Amino acid sequence: MLSNWLYIGIFMVVSLFLPAAAIFIAGLLAPKKPNAIKNATYECGMETVGDSWIQFKAQYYVFALVFLVFDIETVFLFPWAVAYNQMTLFGVLEAIVFILILLGALIYAWRKGALEWH
Amino acid sequence: MDAGMIWEWIIKSIFLILFMTGGFAYVTLLERRVLARMQVRIGPNRVGKFGLLQPIADAVKLIFKEELIPAGADKLMFIVAPVITVIPALIITGVIPWGTSINLFGREIALSIANVNVGVLYIMAVTSISVYGITLAGWSSNNKYAMFGGLRSTAQMISYELALGLSLVGPILLAGSMNVMDIVQAQKTLPFALLQPAGFIVYFMATLAEINRAPFDMPEAEQELTAGYHTEYSSMKFALFFMAEYIKMIAVAMIGSTMFLGGFQGPFVDQLPWLGPVYLFGKVIVWLFVDIWIRATLPRIRYDKLMALGWKVMYPIALLNVFITGILVVLTTKR
Amino acid sequence: MTTLQIVFLIIAAITLVSACLVVMTRKIMHAALWLVLSLMGVAMVYATLQSGFYAVVQVLVYIGAISTLIIFAVMMTRNVMEDVGPQSNRGWGLALVGSLILFAGTSAILLTWDKAQTVLQEIPAVNGENIQMLGLALVDPMGFLIPFEVASVLLLAALVAAIFLTADIKRSRS
Repeated sequence: MLSNWLYIGIFMVVSLFLPAAAIFIAGLLAPKKPNAIKNATYECGMETVGDSWIQFKAQYYVFALVFLVFDIETVFLFPWAVAYNQMTLFGVLEAIVFILILLGALIYAWRKGALEWH
Repeated sequence: MDAGMIWEWIIKSIFLILFMTGGFAYVTLLERRVLARMQVRIGPNRVGKFGLLQPIADAVKLIFKEELIPAGADKLMFIVAPVITVIPALIITGVIPWGTSINLFGREIALSIANVNVGVLYIMAVTSISVYGITLAGWSSNNKYAMFGGLRSTAQMISYELALGLSLVGPILLAGSMNVMDIVQAQKTLPFALLQPAGFIVYFMATLAEINRAPFDMPEAEQELTAGYHTEYSSMKFALFFMAEYIKMIAVAMIGSTMFLGGFQGPFVDQLPWLGPVYLFGKVIVWLFVDIWIRATLPRIRYDKLMALGWKVMYPIALLNVFITGILVVLTTKR
Repeated sequence: MTTLQIVFLIIAAITLVSACLVVMTRKIMHAALWLVLSLMGVAMVYATLQSGFYAVVQVLVYIGAISTLIIFAVMMTRNVMEDVGPQSNRGWGLALVGSLILFAGTSAILLTWDKAQTVLQEIPAVNGENIQMLGLALVDPMGFLIPFEVASVLLLAALVAAIFLTADIKRSRS
């Protein structure tokens, strides 16, 4: 098992070289003549107003939180699905209770309008 | 474990990465030619026979273009973002088996990078980190369009990731294992697409959203966001984003073929192991063709409808699919 | 020194350095990204311990979900880029001494405790075996059934609280 993770590690390290080499070679070959107008932020020819690092709305945060809750549910379902063939009926029912509680959460979020995009 | 093994895996990794890169180059050509045919045009056909050298011409052009870094950008993050977009796209294929094993130069060579027992969860995990490159690209550019594109993209990807994950629970239930190799072996007689039609369709749609392809290519809606998260990118860094998108497209086609269409299984694959990669390659090409066909057919979905589809339709369907599959597995297996 | 030990040292260095940078960098967005790298290091430590499931879940939950949440939370704050206050207060010398004593004490105990001296052993599990046991233990009344069900209630409570709070923001704005 350990060797398999080693192979994935090797694969990750090797795959790092491709984009790094691409950026490096392009950096050597490409011309570099920057000036202020070229480096201005592109907003369809308009002058940029203010910073773009501004406060964003809380909606994204709610989506990420709902995602987190159901992501953890999915993670629990994976080992449950693997062990499903050896499981007693009681075990299956327990997992169904787990899913139903979280389904309640989904319905709550739905009714409260947290899944609506404004 | 000897040095020879390490070298074998380094060579295999390089081979797979070069294959994916070459695949990317020719998928762009395939897409342009197929789209052109569907729109009654001809498409690029001047560079080489049938335009076969067009991707090389594009690459050379992109290498010699000037790289711009916008004045207010966060420079380090701006350079790192394309790199960390490409890496997850490449390493997600590490657990996909291409076949059982072949004899080459007197060595028994397994046709996969790694055969881990949590293969499906590995796929999910790598999918979930591919959000970062896009978020970072949008954030570091100091451009409002890029910022919105990046944020939308992130929100869209996390919304469809749940349906994607649940659609993969079906094959796991049927195969009783998270090992990708076991799932392929369980499809020896019947591909899971026939036993799991709902799961298959959910997987297909969720991956279209996950890789930002039409009709879910909202982050790049050029009418409202110029070019989305890569508005400020030029030259090679732009090419890397482009590359990541197409490599992801190939990767999800490979995963989908493996999980639902039987992977490398096909007639006579037991006698001739080298047929495995050929079958997988054929399935991937068909999958990619359908992706391109959908792009030519369907218009883009509005953003609020897209989010609603992910949460209110796909996720409940995927959950229901897991329930029904579970019940059917109980009814059909003898205890 | 074996290859595994060298790999472990590299991973540990990455994890610790990025963990330090989380609290030392001035841009809050960079802090969030260093946190991601640090969590990735922890996942790699799990992988070297042959615990693939935990490695992958660490990436999926902590990096894929929780850090995304943190990044969205960072985007809701003001002063994302510039923070010009001093980074330490007057008590830093005392804190340094205290943490050094704690570190020395913990290391001394771990170095003398015989259970920390055991050599890493290859787990003789067949592929997939341990995941099945985990799945069975999750729904076993003698195993982890109660924590499993309590976890779902906890997640429900977190979700309700978050939706209540953000609904409140919307109300006060309009």
